[in-house]
Amino acid sequence: MARAISTPKKIMWTALAWGVGLLIFFPILWTFLTSFKTEATAISDPPVWFLFDWTTENYSDVLARSNYPLALMNSIIIAVGSTLLGIVIAVPAAWAMAFVPGKRTKDVLMWMLSTKMLPAVGVLYPLVLIAKYLNVYDSRIMLIVVLMLINLPIIVWMLYTYFREIPGEILEAARMDGASLGKEIIYVLTPMALPGIASTILLNIILAWNEAFWTILLTTVDAAPLTKFIASFSAPEGLFYAKLSAASIMAIAPIIVMGWFSQKQLVRGLTFGAVK
Amino acid sequence: MATQHSRTSARIMVAPAVFVLLVWMLVPLCMTLYFSFADYRPLRATFDAWIGFDNYVSFLTSDSFLSSVGVTLQMVAGILCITIGGGVVLALLLDQPMFGQGIVRILVIAPFFVMPTVSALVWKNMFFNVDNGLFSYLWRFFGAQPYDFLSQAPLFSIIVIVAWQWLPFATLILLTAVQSLSSEQLEAAEMDGAPPLSRFWHIILPHLSRAITVVILIQTIFLLSIFAEIFVTTNGAFGTRTLTYLVYQRVLESQNIGLGSAGGIVAVILANVVAIFLMRIVGKNLDN
Repeated sequence: MARAISTPKKIMWTALAWGVGLLIFFPILWTFLTSFKTEATAISDPPVWFLFDWTTENYSDVLARSNYPLALMNSIIIAVGSTLLGIVIAVPAAWAMAFVPGKRTKDVLMWMLSTKMLPAVGVLYPLVLIAKYLNVYDSRIMLIVVLMLINLPIIVWMLYTYFREIPGEILEAARMDGASLGKEIIYVLTPMALPGIASTILLNIILAWNEAFWTILLTTVDAAPLTKFIASFSAPEGLFYAKLSAASIMAIAPIIVMGWFSQKQLVRGLTFGAVK
Repeated sequence: MATQHSRTSARIMVAPAVFVLLVWMLVPLCMTLYFSFADYRPLRATFDAWIGFDNYVSFLTSDSFLSSVGVTLQMVAGILCITIGGGVVLALLLDQPMFGQGIVRILVIAPFFVMPTVSALVWKNMFFNVDNGLFSYLWRFFGAQPYDFLSQAPLFSIIVIVAWQWLPFATLILLTAVQSLSSEQLEAAEMDGAPPLSRFWHIILPHLSRAITVVILIQTIFLLSIFAEIFVTTNGAFGTRTLTYLVYQRVLESQNIGLGSAGGIVAVILANVVAIFLMRIVGKNLDN
């Protein structure tokens, strides 16, 4: 708002907003601090804030002792794999619907969206059964396919809303100049669509990374990603605050950073263009 | 504009996406539908392909179903109240002139990107734990008896955890809506001497109503299938068993596939009721 704001008022808003912001962020900050404490310091009463002997021991412990590296690798492969597979299927579909809309385009889009609203638990047993029957239970490929399918509607929708913003006249001009469909896609459309595709990839990696229904229920050890690995900490016997914190920070840090870059796409992607 | 040739190729390009989603939707759902009419308990080697609506009758008339619907409603309603109320306040706060607005925004949206199992475990152990949790320390500091959140108020605890995760989402969407509000209208109201509260009530809130509706519907769809947070904290005990969790337990824990499948179909039907409203709003937007 282009109103003249007195400095004291601005300082007051700043203090209030920073206070609330830090309060909301606090659990993450606290986990971060705890991850650098020794186990004894982590549960000391009263809690220590910044003045303790910072140690990176928890990180090396988590990386060395448990099967954390495997879980990390699984998370990366599953999140990236399902997103790329989804993109390969969704780009042509979104392109066609954005530039050659037919009578049923809207119905198809809405129908795709409706598949997203199917409660996972309604198809839980059939999926377990299919996975076991095909011998892909607790395998990366199963999770790649399942996560691709649950995120495909969002990928198509996001790409569709991006592609629709590309002016159709440019494509027509290219067509007049005799560009074939393939050339049109490679030389005209792709450069203009890349930012949209990149944001879509980013948001979907985040969604796939954090998915915690199928990743927990369709894996045991081999394909278990970080969501499942962290859940195994819930037994009270194996619990150490500092190590739990270190494992948690490693699991969430890359995604939080990616998330900060995709905050605008988040609104677009998760509201299906209903809020602009 | 579009030639017959390009129409055909467009159809071919849409086909794979439609095909995989069609298979994904139909095959497992038909299997669930099929099992829901069967008496199928693998652990007891029982399989009777057709027992009519018995599963539905026993699922719908069981006490656990009614209580799970109650728990689900309380949980979703509680989370929605916190996230919508907090989201409106936060969106208006973030829209004020301040220093370091971008950083505050980054702090506020961070919880949304924390994976559910991590946030549930961090809250469970480092905040709610009776012996070593921060809240217990805070309680002792003020001379109060430490409160065992997860066994005394388990439903509330889970609501807090999930609301913390979804507050950023509501805030971000409502902030987008707040920023699209024309400042001229607000300034005019201000000049006419409308007090802040009435400006909020008569201008800001009506402007936000659409965004609020969208947040409610989208969150409801995601919140109806909350799983990991319950799995990690209470495992469905102490009155935190939602409909999703009940079906999960029937299917995978007690291996009563028939009964669980009937429950799954019930969950699908209930979710569709919400979905229809959301689709109407999204569909309307697609026209303009």
